[in-house]
Amino acid sequence: MAGGLSLVAGDGSRAAKQHQLPSGLGERWQLPAPPSPTLAELFAAHPRDGGWAGFLLAQVEAGKPLLWVQERMAILESGRVHPPGLPHQDLIHIEARDARDALWAMEEGLRCSALSAVIGEIWGDPKVLDFTATRRLAVASERSGVAAFLIRLGGHANLSGARMRWRVASAPSLVNDLDPRAPGLPACDAELFRARGMPPGRWSVAHEAGAFHLAAAPGGRALGEDRRLSA
Amino acid sequence: MAAAERGAHAGARLTDARALDPALVAVAADVEGDAALVRRLAQWAARWSPLVEVDGADGLRLDVTGVEHLFGGERGLVRDVRQRFTKMGLTVRLAIAPTAAAAWALARFRKTLTPTLSRTREREGPAAKPWEGEGFSAQLSPLPVTALRLDPDTVRTLERLGLKTIGALMDVPRLALARRFRGAEDVVDALDRALGRKPEPLTAAPADPPPRAARRLEEPATHPEAASQALERLIPALVKELQQRHLGARRLSLTGFRVDGSVGVASVATSIPSREPKHLQRLLADKAAMLDPEFGFDAFALTADWTEALDAAQDSLVEEPSGERELARLVDRLTVKLGPRAVRRPQPLESHLPERASGWGAAVLNPSPLGEGGSSRRLRKGEADSRLSLAHPPTASRRAPPCPARGEGLLHRPQRLLDRAEAIDVIYATPEGMPRRFVWRRAVHDIARVEGPERIAPEWWRQPSSARLRDYYRVEDAEGRRFWIYREGLIGDGRGGLPAWFIHGLFG
Repeated sequence: MAGGLSLVAGDGSRAAKQHQLPSGLGERWQLPAPPSPTLAELFAAHPRDGGWAGFLLAQVEAGKPLLWVQERMAILESGRVHPPGLPHQDLIHIEARDARDALWAMEEGLRCSALSAVIGEIWGDPKVLDFTATRRLAVASERSGVAAFLIRLGGHANLSGARMRWRVASAPSLVNDLDPRAPGLPACDAELFRARGMPPGRWSVAHEAGAFHLAAAPGGRALGEDRRLSA
Repeated sequence: MAAAERGAHAGARLTDARALDPALVAVAADVEGDAALVRRLAQWAARWSPLVEVDGADGLRLDVTGVEHLFGGERGLVRDVRQRFTKMGLTVRLAIAPTAAAAWALARFRKTLTPTLSRTREREGPAAKPWEGEGFSAQLSPLPVTALRLDPDTVRTLERLGLKTIGALMDVPRLALARRFRGAEDVVDALDRALGRKPEPLTAAPADPPPRAARRLEEPATHPEAASQALERLIPALVKELQQRHLGARRLSLTGFRVDGSVGVASVATSIPSREPKHLQRLLADKAAMLDPEFGFDAFALTADWTEALDAAQDSLVEEPSGERELARLVDRLTVKLGPRAVRRPQPLESHLPERASGWGAAVLNPSPLGEGGSSRRLRKGEADSRLSLAHPPTASRRAPPCPARGEGLLHRPQRLLDRAEAIDVIYATPEGMPRRFVWRRAVHDIARVEGPERIAPEWWRQPSSARLRDYYRVEDAEGRRFWIYREGLIGDGRGGLPAWFIHGLFG
């Protein structure tokens, strides 16, 4: 994974800047994102794999508080959110007893436009999470302009009303310049397997130190190309 | 004090007092401020007794009948009162006596520090006998006549007549006294009140009642929506009263009184004071619908138990959603449905232990992050009880800790922390070296990269001496998953056997 990286800053739902590393490719890369905030669904490859958190937090805009809803099983299996590890600590955390309460809390949160995003973690495949429920979340998110992220831990992808569906797995991190034995920039494999208005694809991305930025390795599709093609 | 010893007394002229003691410092008297302080203290003194009266410019009268056992007897009560006032920096002179007038006299004029009288009078009906126990009259006798709170002319007359102490006054036949002092100078009346022959009830200082809207039904209502309908009608009335008093409600309770004498209560709390009818209605609607009529509701009352000052400017007719208020309303709605312990915000504590560092606190009590809004609010309670400092416990350690830099090589903290660190089996080359492989929940992880150790020592001021230190390692397995594991203790640190390994967090 060594050479050929371009850095892309993922701030909010749209990419902002673009840097180039010395050995970089010259392409403009952009994180695939819908034009306005909506519901995105993330499947964690393994319930005890926390890699999606970094991928997700890069897409959330800082400045406004965050609503993070965790179902009780999700907390037991893969831990509780730890604010000292997040870039901004302004969040409201909800521990929901079951999926129904979690979805209700997410919908309530989506009505409040003072939030930057609503993140909800659901364990498994509860019956209450069906197409109607996800469609309601998507509509609520689009109406209020608050991005919604539904994280599925240990779940299977069936019919859903989410506009973008990702599958995120951790990948071996980049080389650490200071200490070769230590983990370097964390990386993950993100696969967009269904999206409305853009073709699916697969990217290997890495975070930059200090802030959550995204980097795409060569071999992943050039994002600029996609947007050109679809437009 | 020194000036008083030399002869200055209350009521003398400043120049005279200065002549007696040149080092006297004159401070302007703040009569209104003192009066306000005494009124506030009267409200606060309700912690000891429900009947408190402000007595003159600098006194409080409490009716403690039947209350002493709560504080460990009379002596316990006196000690408690004295301690608490001293803690506030006020000197206090106390006395407990069977009658209010006697207590006043003893508090002000008793020179010796004898403890309180050892007998109390039980509260009996209007036909109570005058109390003439042993010791009571003896305690009152040596006090001067001014202790009876007579006006100065009467006192001067009595002194001229040679009646300088209460004891002397008690020896004089009542008829003579009644004939000589009549009307405004009724000495006999004062004496009777002091000795308990005449009752002297206390008029408690009127505590502001909590804002309340009540409604009585003509016929008992047994249908399930009775409470919801009553709520809809009571909310406008309550909001109007809150508006008049410039208050916002922080806790509301709807009480339904049933025909058989039982009571059903539904209550909600909000994170910032509010008097918006729609918001309050939405919060209480679900809980009100769950009130069970049983045999039927007879009357309803909607009370704002806990209120805070709310200016008109914060509450506009046009619904402009300002960010903070919208957030507070969201927190209220979530808390009402899910409970205050389910909705939390991080309150960073200064602690090295990762499980304490985030310091979760209920979002309803701490409306803003980092605990700034919670601890410095002025409270106005409708009911006089001692919950004054319960709701906002500010602690000295609620400051944001030095934020661990999330840069390379510096303190890394995981994005997820397990509530309970789970034991793992670790294979290592040397006991104090880096781990090579670990087994967690029956899955084997080969460690490809490792960083550490970061040593977190136990907080010796809080934990027992057998607590062991932790060496944290940030590890990455062959597939790229990153974990935060630690080894608890060192071999030979004297606090246990072989050190054990645990997993604490996951990195994202």
